[in-house]
This record gives sequence, structure tokens and C-alpha cells, in this order.
Amino acid sequence: MSKATSIWEKLGFRKASGVSEAGWGQTLFAGIISLIYFLPVLLIIITSFKLQTEALSIPPKFMPTNLFGLIPDAYVFSPTLENYTSVFSRAMTSGGVAENTGFDRYFFNSIMIASVSVLLALVIGTLAAFGFSRYPLKGNDTYLFVILTTRMLPAIVVIIPIILMFRVTGLSGSYLGIIMLYTAFNLPFTIWMMKSFFDELSLDVEDAARLDGSSGLKVFFKICLPQVLAGLAATFVFGLILTWNEFLFALLLTGIDTRTVPVAMSQAVAGGGIGVLWGLLAAIETLFLIPVFFVTFFLQDHLLRGVTFGTVKR
Amino acid sequence: MSAITPTTPVPGLFEIQAHNWKLAILVGLIVSVLSMFALPPEAAFWITGAMAAMVAAAFVVNAYRRHYYGGLLVAPAIAVLFVMNIFPLLWSLGLSFFAYQSNQQTIRFVGLTNYTKVLTDSLKAPENWANLTNTAMFVVLTVTAQMIVGFLLALMFAKQFPLRKYLLILVLTPMMLSVVAAGVFFSYYYDPTFGLLSYFIRLFTGEQFILMDNKAGAVAGIVFADAWMWSPFVMLLVLAGLVSVPKYLYEAAAIDRVSGWRRFWSITFPYIRGLLMLALLFRTIEAFKMADLVILLTKGGNGTMTISYHLIRIANEQNKTSEGAAISYVMLFIVIVLTNLYLYIANRRTEGA
Repeated sequence: MSKATSIWEKLGFRKASGVSEAGWGQTLFAGIISLIYFLPVLLIIITSFKLQTEALSIPPKFMPTNLFGLIPDAYVFSPTLENYTSVFSRAMTSGGVAENTGFDRYFFNSIMIASVSVLLALVIGTLAAFGFSRYPLKGNDTYLFVILTTRMLPAIVVIIPIILMFRVTGLSGSYLGIIMLYTAFNLPFTIWMMKSFFDELSLDVEDAARLDGSSGLKVFFKICLPQVLAGLAATFVFGLILTWNEFLFALLLTGIDTRTVPVAMSQAVAGGGIGVLWGLLAAIETLFLIPVFFVTFFLQDHLLRGVTFGTVKR
Repeated sequence: MSAITPTTPVPGLFEIQAHNWKLAILVGLIVSVLSMFALPPEAAFWITGAMAAMVAAAFVVNAYRRHYYGGLLVAPAIAVLFVMNIFPLLWSLGLSFFAYQSNQQTIRFVGLTNYTKVLTDSLKAPENWANLTNTAMFVVLTVTAQMIVGFLLALMFAKQFPLRKYLLILVLTPMMLSVVAAGVFFSYYYDPTFGLLSYFIRLFTGEQFILMDNKAGAVAGIVFADAWMWSPFVMLLVLAGLVSVPKYLYEAAAIDRVSGWRRFWSITFPYIRGLLMLALLFRTIEAFKMADLVILLTKGGNGTMTISYHLIRIANEQNKTSEGAAISYVMLFIVIVLTNLYLYIANRRTEGA
């Protein structure tokens, strides 16, 4: 009836089939709950603008301004960007030129390692998923279950031999080693998710294309792949979130040159012997959150649609 | 779709052909096992690797000659998984039968000694058992909390309302935090002197509040942080299920005046059951691995030591590789039994319904 008139459709929302509508009352309710849920993150972001003394003050200082005198000064802190600059360069205690902390390198490492390994898993996993879906092998289900099992296993079980293996092959501390490891880490989920997407596609178009003489390769790239773009996006986001924050493998298997942000963060926290520098840690985490936050936000619609499409098959 | 046209005859077992994978496996096994006993570990490693590559090459040639496109497409994934997951697993299984420490050169076959030590030693068995019970406690508490909170959040977001997209991303954010930062900041919120929690409690009671000084408090602190971080994961999966319920089912139910409870069980639940099961499975597996939050919040004190953290200590800090491998295989056995139990119950429910 009234198509594309409600506010959320103007904002670009798609209506899903089983979703009932609610008004601004629901927005208010969900907004309060969401903000409470988001509060610990918000406090991290606020802390990133505080100096150490303000971060540890009692009563806690919540507000960056006193809102024209509405908030008592005891709860107000003066926001500073010092933490953000000291993420990347540290002033020498004896004076002189500021020293580079290496965090630019760590951010580069994190972005590089996570994106390359997730994309690599996406390419290899999509090919495998297409194979499992269109050319079933003898014992296809067994292979799929074994692949899923590797995801079920606690990481701690494989880490000891992986450390030994990396030592012997000289892969420890190299980009290649950690990227291959994360690729394997992401593969099972990618294969299962993408397989269920390929299973959902109608075979008619593909068969017609094959009869017209298109090669298997052409069918895959021109017909199948465009139909599963939402699934690729969803798989990418899930893989990215898990890989981005992975800590244990990164701690034990990266060297100084390939160190990722979570590891460097934990070392920045532990080092120094003067206790945790709260503002600095908060600044690192806030910066580290930004890329994955925006990727998730922009792929959010695909994420929801992709999960629905990929796992609920009836 | 699988066009299997055997253009090449199947070779006999001992016929030397590039695609004779049976022979390749046989030779590979014999050479690898011999090299493991006869040569130093590093040389044996490279020889085993070469043998695995040979078997893989034989499989690929075989698949290519016979037009097994499925095999060819799957091959890269299987190769990566084999090198990075399956091979290390088999290796650690092997190590659990040896006496080996990663900081020493000696290695000695001891059979099941590591397992008997882990399971029956008068000093170690009670400790392992206590860690295992702690882990089980964390699994039950965190997974229950995540399922409930995630489910309620999903119900809240299962309607269309203005700004839904922007509120949803706020709730998803905890999942994106690095566990290091989340753990350290929860220790900041829980801190007895300058933490927010004790500040608010002091406003009411006037006394200093120390959350982490007893077992209940320490466990509650860890469970709260973990549930907060991972409930969005459950929410996302449940939400996907809720969104996929066709609207006409609800409309039919409304016409028939079906009660809300009945409507949930007979319409909504079948659509989210599979996803709930998936969430339960993934979160249980993850909860068994819980170590980082424990390290950051309590360092295993106050009866919060988990088996996974214990494993990290033994294998990484004390270099007792073989003993760690034995513990991890006992743990793996438990996880596999548990996941199969889940899958069994899930399948039986599906068949019964």
C-alpha cells in the first residue's frame, strides 16, 4: 500500500518478511537498553581523552564539559588529545626528540594480516564450497564434518605443535606463517557458510548455461558468484571480527616486525612497572575499533541477510 | 552434476604412475615412520612434509586425469587445513606419548605415562580435576548468560523501528573489542579503589567494595565480562532466525487467536532452533577455551583457574610440551563428546518434530 513512505525505508532499510513494525516508542526503549549495553565501550572512549590523574580520580569524571555549569566540577574532566599522539610517539624522559612507539607498524600489520588472511580464506573457501556443493565427492559429508571439527577444536590443542612447526620451518615471526595460520583458522566457517549459499541457488540457469557451452569456470564467475555477494560480505565480516582481535596465536607466533595491535596493546599495558596507562590503552583500543566498526556498519544489512540466507534452509 | 568419466585405467597398487595415490600413501607412510625413528626430529619433519606433498600431488594428478573437478576445487582448502590444523593435531597427539620438553633436546617414548600422570597422579590429578570443574562452571554460567541476554536483545531488535540500524551497531560493538582491552578495562571498572563499580556501591553502603576478593565475586566478574562481550554473537544468530519467520504465519496465528506462548513454541521456535543450536555449540566450544579474561582479571586466583589457562602455563611457561598435549587431548575428548551429544539431541529433536 504505502510504499517507501515510512522513515526507516527512507533511511534505506529493507523490510524483512517476519519483521513487524514498531514506532518511536520501541526506539526509545531499545535506545536506552543499547546505550546501557554500550556504556563500557563509551567509558573506554571517554577515558581515551583523559590524563592518567583524571582517569584515576574519585569520584569518576564522566563529562568533557560542565554543560554551562549544570554538572558539578568534580565530575568534569578537561579533554585532551595527548593519549592519541602518544600512541604513535613517546616523548623521551630525558628530553629531546620524541621516540616512535612502532604502533603505526602494528596497525599496518593488523590491517594487512587480517584482511589478507580473511580474503585468502574467502577465495580458497568459496572455491571449495562450490566444489562441495556442485561436484560432491565420495564421502562428501565426512569431509565437511572433519573440516568443521577443526573449528571445534580448542586453539590451545594445536598451538604447541604449530609453535614447533614454525620454529623448524623458520615461519615464526614471518607474515607468511601467521597469514597461513589465520587462513586455516577462517576456512571451516567460510566453507560451511558459502556451501549453504551455493546449495540455495537454483540450478536451472547454470544448467542452461552449460548446455549453451559455457565452461564450468564461466558458470562459476558469471552466474553463481554474483548471486552470493551478500554471503561473501557476511562471511567477510564474521571472519574479520574474529581475526582482528585474535590474541593467542598472535602472541606466540609473531615477531617484532609482524606484531599485531592486540599483542602490542597487552605489552604496552604490562610494561613500565608504573601500572596501566589507562588513557593510552583506551586511545589504542578506540583507534583499533574504528576500522572494524565501520566495515561492520556498512556491511550490516548484508550480514543479517547473509546469516539468514546461509543457515536457515527450509 | 559430477561428471565422472574414468578416462584413465585404475593403476595396480605397485604400478609406478603419477596418479597412483595408493602407492604414494604407502611409500609416504613407510618413509615417514622410518625417518621418525632413524633421523633427528628436524630432518624427519622435512621428510614427512615432502612425503605429504608427494601424496597430495598424486591426488591432484589423479583428480585432473579423471576430471574430478570437485577434488580439484577442494584441494587448496584441504591442503591449507591439513598443513595448519590437521597435521599439528596429529603431531601433538603423537607428542603426548613421548616425554618431551620444548626447551630440551631429548625425546623419549613413554607410552601412556603422560595420560596416567595427568589423570591419576596424586599431586596433578586433583589440580587438573579442579581446573576442569572450574572450566565446566564457567561454560555453564557464561553460555547460559549469553543465550538469555542474546535472546532478549534479539527479541528487542526483531521489530522494525526508526534508527534500528544505528542502535544495533552499538550493541554489536562489544564483540569487536579486543579481549585484552576489554579484560583490562573490566579490571579498571572492578577496581576496589578507583573502579566505577565500587564507587557506586560505596555511595550506598559507605564501605569499600572489593569484588574479586572471594570466589563468587571473581567468578561473577569474569562471567559478566564474557557474557557482555559475546551475547551480541548469540543475538545476531537468533535475530537472523527471527527475521526469517514468514509474516503470514503470524497473521494466520492472529486470526486463530493463538496465545503468545503457543505462537512462540509452534511458529517462532522451529525457525530459530537451528541457529540457537549453532550459537550454543559455538559458544560452548569458545567457553571451553576461556583463558584470556581469567588471565587479565584474576590471574587464576580465587578458584578461577581454568583448564585452558593451566594448559598455557604448563606448555608455554614451563615448557612441559608432552604433558600439555596429554591434558589437551583429554580436554579435546570431553569437548568432542559434548558437541556430539549436542548434535545428537538436536538431530533427535528435529526428527521427532
